[in-house]
Amino acid sequence: MTFPADLDSSFRGAALTLGLVDIGFDVVETPVGELLVAASDRGLAAISFDPDPDDKLERFARIAGPRVLRSARAVDRARRELDGYFAGRLRRFDLALDFRALPPFTVTVLRELARVRYGETTTYGELARRVGRPRAARAVGTVLHHNRIPIVLPCHRVVGATGGLVGYAGGLDLKRRLLELEGVL
Amino acid sequence: MMEAVAIPPFERFYLEHRVEVLRLLRRRLGADRAEDAFQETFLRALRAYPRLEHGEHLRAWVLTIAQNVAVDALRRTRPQAELVETGVEDGRPAYAELADLTDGLSPKERAAVVLRYGYDLPYDQIAEALGSSQDAARQAASTGVRRLRRRTTR
Repeated sequence: MTFPADLDSSFRGAALTLGLVDIGFDVVETPVGELLVAASDRGLAAISFDPDPDDKLERFARIAGPRVLRSARAVDRARRELDGYFAGRLRRFDLALDFRALPPFTVTVLRELARVRYGETTTYGELARRVGRPRAARAVGTVLHHNRIPIVLPCHRVVGATGGLVGYAGGLDLKRRLLELEGVL
Repeated sequence: MMEAVAIPPFERFYLEHRVEVLRLLRRRLGADRAEDAFQETFLRALRAYPRLEHGEHLRAWVLTIAQNVAVDALRRTRPQAELVETGVEDGRPAYAELADLTDGLSPKERAAVVLRYGYDLPYDQIAEALGSSQDAARQAASTGVRRLRRRTTR
């Protein structure tokens, strides 16, 4: 039996409206491919370059609780801002972020990362200095490599000490495309 | 020592059991009424989900909830006298309270009336839940209430 789509979407809508969802997720189409986006009532919690939700549900549950549910409306706001960003209309995301389940050092680094502006780049070492840990460039690199909310938290704006692109969870091509979009490259 | 079975993320649980739950409710209630009951079943499951202590027997658990929802729905269609005999039920959700009254309405009117007067939701949220405009939600709720009044004063 194929499940009736209208019943499915009406249940998902009611669950969200009644505030019974800890974290909602959906696929968002972008010019760089499909992203899997998850948001809780506290804000945007995760963006993944691999749109298949199946192996990420447990991760979402660890962030916000077991009531993980797919829902287009849960990620509406993030979808609108991502659309604006990729259309070149939006230069600063205005989204609340859910940092739960992240270690304190990671949160410190990500908050600092959030201040790196559109169209600018910085280095791992510089970011380490800004969080008061000048010798922790490598640790900062590790944090950025595991950045749970890429694009919105702009780890693509962080480059190697000699200006090389170095690495990116979504692949170096994507990092290049984002920097091109922002007019850096 | 045995590890407790982890509670799966709700999405996994829902996808695994929704077909069987809908089949059961269609057998008990018929296709039309099964849809409301289906939503009520999984909304009850969502409400209780954070209090689960382990992930065992979830199939039996959700089928039990569905059975209870079906029993409630069937009881509502019995004559008033029998309803009194079954005694007072505690913690009956607002959804169920109002469903007694709202049986004769269209699905959209019923949903609007229940969300407005059962859950006390503002019209913008009702509109979201119904996938319609605020005006349409307000219209559905007021038409629904007017029809109920006409019925009860007849």
